[in-house]
Amino acid sequence: MRDIAIISFAQTHHARAIEQENEVEMLQPVVVDAIAKAGITKDRIDFVCSGSADYLAGMAFSFVLTLDAVGPWPPISESHVDMDAAWAVYEAWVKMQMGKADIALIYGYGKSSPGNIRRALTRQLDPYTLQPLWADPVSLAAIQARSALDTGTVTTEAMAEVAARSWRSAQDNPYAQLKGDLAAADVLATEPFVDPLRRHDCAPITDGAAAVVLAAGDVARELCERPAWIRGIDHRIEPHMLGVRDLTTSASTAIAAAKAGVGDGPIDVAELHAPFSHQELILAAALGLGDDTAINPSGGALCANPVMTAGLVRMGEVAQRVIDGTADRGVAHATSGACLQQNLVCVLEGE
Amino acid sequence: MSDIVLPDRLRDVAEPVRRIRTPARLDYVFMAGKATSRFLNAVAEKRLVGQRCPVCRKVYVPPRGVCPTDGVPTEEEIELPHVGTVTSFCVVNVQFYGQVMELPYVSALILLDGTDIPLMHLIQEVPADQVHMGMRVEAVWVPDEELGPTLESIKYFRPNGEPDADYETYKDNV
Ligand SMILES: [Zn+2]
Repeated sequence: MRDIAIISFAQTHHARAIEQENEVEMLQPVVVDAIAKAGITKDRIDFVCSGSADYLAGMAFSFVLTLDAVGPWPPISESHVDMDAAWAVYEAWVKMQMGKADIALIYGYGKSSPGNIRRALTRQLDPYTLQPLWADPVSLAAIQARSALDTGTVTTEAMAEVAARSWRSAQDNPYAQLKGDLAAADVLATEPFVDPLRRHDCAPITDGAAAVVLAAGDVARELCERPAWIRGIDHRIEPHMLGVRDLTTSASTAIAAAKAGVGDGPIDVAELHAPFSHQELILAAALGLGDDTAINPSGGALCANPVMTAGLVRMGEVAQRVIDGTADRGVAHATSGACLQQNLVCVLEGE
Repeated sequence: MSDIVLPDRLRDVAEPVRRIRTPARLDYVFMAGKATSRFLNAVAEKRLVGQRCPVCRKVYVPPRGVCPTDGVPTEEEIELPHVGTVTSFCVVNVQFYGQVMELPYVSALILLDGTDIPLMHLIQEVPADQVHMGMRVEAVWVPDEELGPTLESIKYFRPNGEPDADYETYKDNV
């Protein structure tokens, strides 16, 4: 296996609506920032891979327009996933393992503000039985939370603590959309939103973008003093139909974690892509994380959730801490689909 | 629709469902962005405004905000003339759904003078079989009271009577 690392990370100041800018105008400064932080010029990039969804912009092939941000002329080697850009990292990692690229640029972006994200996300469900019901992600997550509460997997108090801790942590994150000095009691004092979920249990609606640069072997060492090496990466998916899954655990995360080698050493920091507070508890259990791991020091998806991007942000947040030297070994997680249907786990390590 | 032949093990199943209707509608508020907003607002004032790339100096119209060659913002605005050169075209002889145009009509790529990317629009006031590459054309605007932030503010382009442009002037945009 080739050694492949994240050597730079950039993101937008995430917001409920970035109204003045179209997608490419929002994305371009982030791409420039990631390339600059990698200490390269764009002609050194061998491969570009991105993650986004046409359902957000309401436009077919919307990702082709945003390619302007990387200047794809003369023609470049490029690919796109209709998924969170964390999976674009996976595609680039595979390509780099094959020896097809030494430096790759990965970006993701999501502007949820032009449409109605709760309605748009229903379109990923079974078209015969669930789409006609417009079963939206918050309602489905509430069903999952209810299952987890009733089986004792999580408690209302633990969920509130996750939400409050995320808001407190986000106070140190200049890019976070929501933040504040919140206690669990403050969360519990609010009315239910989609019972049993309160508003603080749910990720906000966010516009934002992020980018990372990957480099292989000696190229990474030449460009970065302390690259965040990808020591393991794996993703697993569960069935489409919610009724056949155990929603109170995350079997796919547990398998991906084992394949990625999460348990092979101590984990200083974990960034978990949990758009709902109870999902962080389910994920932490599936990953086997203990009290010695700092979970979501960025505030996580509960404080900024740019769709198709928040998973990549988790990888970037962990990588940045390894690059800075504030963490030695961390785990980044990304999710996709309803109720944690698909999960990607990545172990990042300094040398 | 042809009859569905079920395998033996499903023969006892009741009448198969052959069709369901699940109407879906998603509404969006289109966000033009800064560059395209400036372009469209200028169109509402009967002006054409492009943007120049600071690196390769190319002028884009309508601008999207970023140079696709260099990946940098194109912030310098350029006031453009309303005349240009046909670089390519097609003659439309088929009625599309919802279309109001009289057949045949011509859709053309028009390189406005001083720009580096052609704009798509209609060519009228000339028989379709006389439209050709290099033809010099000018914009015909709607009456002032109908102007708005849309390319429909230009009704179409028509020949302006100038001699054909030299191929060298538009060869990079063919
Ligand atoms: Zn340029």
